[in-house]
Amino acid sequence: MSSPSTPLLEVRDLRIGFPNPRGGEVFPVDGVSFRLDRGETLALVGESGCGKSLTSLALLQLLPPPGRVLSGSSIKLEETEILSLRGEALRAIRGRRIAMIFQDPMTSLNPVLTVGSQVVEALTAHRRWSRADAKARTIALFEEVGIPDPAQRFAAYPHHLSGGLRQRIMIAMALAGEPDILIADEPTTALDVTVQAQILELLDRLRAARGMAVLLITHDLGLVAGRADRVAVMYAGQIVEEAGTTDLFERPSHPYTRGLFRSIPRLHESVLRLSPIPGTVPLPSAWPSGCRFHPRCAEVLARCSTEAPLNTELETTGPARRTRCWLASPLPPRA
Amino acid sequence: MTPLLEVTDLVKHYLSRGLFRAGLPTRAVDGVSFEVGRGETLGLVGESGSGKSTIGRTILRLDEPTGGRAVFDGVNVFETDRETLRAMRRKMQIIFQDPFSSLNPRMAIGSAVAEGMEIHRLAPKAEIPERVAGLLREVGLDPSLATRYPHEFSGGQRQRVGIARALAVSPTFIVCDEPVSALDVSVQAQVINLLRDLQEHRGLSYLFIAHDLAVVRQISHRIAVLYLGRIVELGTTDQIIESPQHPYTQALLSAVPEPDPRRQRTRIVLRGDPPSPSAPPPGCAFAGRCFHSSKNARCTSERPEQRTVAGRQVACHHAG
Repeated sequence: MSSPSTPLLEVRDLRIGFPNPRGGEVFPVDGVSFRLDRGETLALVGESGCGKSLTSLALLQLLPPPGRVLSGSSIKLEETEILSLRGEALRAIRGRRIAMIFQDPMTSLNPVLTVGSQVVEALTAHRRWSRADAKARTIALFEEVGIPDPAQRFAAYPHHLSGGLRQRIMIAMALAGEPDILIADEPTTALDVTVQAQILELLDRLRAARGMAVLLITHDLGLVAGRADRVAVMYAGQIVEEAGTTDLFERPSHPYTRGLFRSIPRLHESVLRLSPIPGTVPLPSAWPSGCRFHPRCAEVLARCSTEAPLNTELETTGPARRTRCWLASPLPPRA
Repeated sequence: MTPLLEVTDLVKHYLSRGLFRAGLPTRAVDGVSFEVGRGETLGLVGESGSGKSTIGRTILRLDEPTGGRAVFDGVNVFETDRETLRAMRRKMQIIFQDPFSSLNPRMAIGSAVAEGMEIHRLAPKAEIPERVAGLLREVGLDPSLATRYPHEFSGGQRQRVGIARALAVSPTFIVCDEPVSALDVSVQAQVINLLRDLQEHRGLSYLFIAHDLAVVRQISHRIAVLYLGRIVELGTTDQIIESPQHPYTQALLSAVPEPDPRRQRTRIVLRGDPPSPSAPPPGCAFAGRCFHSSKNARCTSERPEQRTVAGRQVACHHAG
């Protein structure tokens, strides 16, 4: 639930620019704002190329060059403006306040070091530990993330482990700094569905036990139901809809969100035809004028192609709801 | 009517070549039997290492089988000579998860679609451009795109090119190996609809291989569930989805994320990972992760054979 107090993390008007090989600059993330409160899971959902991963990388100033965050953007961790941090001050946040796990743990783990020594390294990056204590703490973390035979696994190399276990190692490493926020970028996309279920249960359990906030980045709306407290749907570099999970699933307000729901194949429904959204997500260099979804929208109005819709606040009894669509009926003015 | 394809006791072992010693063979496929009827889609579902892609590849002899039979339209594919095999490949096509990897980056997509027709001499040269245009139209692409190159296409368009290429030789059977797994959800549905339309218009049979049960259920008439190189359950789509009998099928279904917060069932979360296919455990391969209340010593000693339970085939000592 959002509260009026200072959020743990607040992103305001985040814009990310990349040079366009054909000249000029493109903005794959273009005016993204959201907040994350203590202990909640916010899901950032979107198809490939919508800007969700770049958004999460910017939170820790990890944008791949030559990407840049434009001035006027703000990312606040409580009172601290992350975007103005450099050097030691930035390192103090990475891992200790905000940690991150990725889709493919193999690319983040060093193949020639044992997984135990890599977690020890993560621990000692944050504070001084004796060797014995660091090892004991690592084994305790392995146990916390559900690695069987944690003491034996300390000396294993990444290639000895299955994809699911490697992701658990990455989670243990992320927990080493006792972060307040865990960013999980497609944490289960590379895993089999039965292992995916294990990892999602684990993230849920850790969030509850540690009071961590989780920013879950995913392309799969199915993962979000029953896991996230709130959902922000991204399309073409913008958040087009933001709502409590129940609101979003029961009354999606943006035509893109509704289109996504109609395209998802359901397990217990056999339909004669699925109803896909026509066309594909445009490239940042070819984002349409007005509402960026208008060329694919089934409910398009004349003004949609010329005027960008405002982010409209909608009525709800749950967490705040906003949508970028001219069809949305705004919240009545407060008395 | 005889089925179009009848696979009996298919076995595929890979020999691992260690640096210093020969390792144990990997039993990628370990005795699999099924049929595909004319105009039918059989879904083949399993997680990584279940052998599903190997089955598709060996049936087309892109990989040589270790044992078993695959009778396609009356001919055993595994025993036929190269010449007959070449002719049969015209009837049996495959589309892949990533069509980009099977398209030559320097060949315009019109030529890529035409290639099969030229190899099999299916049309006079003068007619080929018209045929290519027709195929592109059939898969929902503008024929004017024929002169473009693969990198100019989105993932969904590339998969359409891959389908047009398979259709060019007028097959009756297509192995669809994870054809929509790499696509965004809004595009995924477009390709599933296309495959269904093509089946209806051309009377195609599909072996539809995928890990996503929700996708498989949309297109399959029957579904076979694989675990570690064996079929654990085979039945109609309704039987498998609505009343699964094998504990593994139940767990797999329960793990499928459902986009409906009101439909969050009690999840069966399996412990651990599947065992290694180079050292499968004796007895039932699933026993180590099984949660069935009647699980006993027999499960770890005696391999369960397929038997009929509630109208479908199940390989479990305790199901039913």
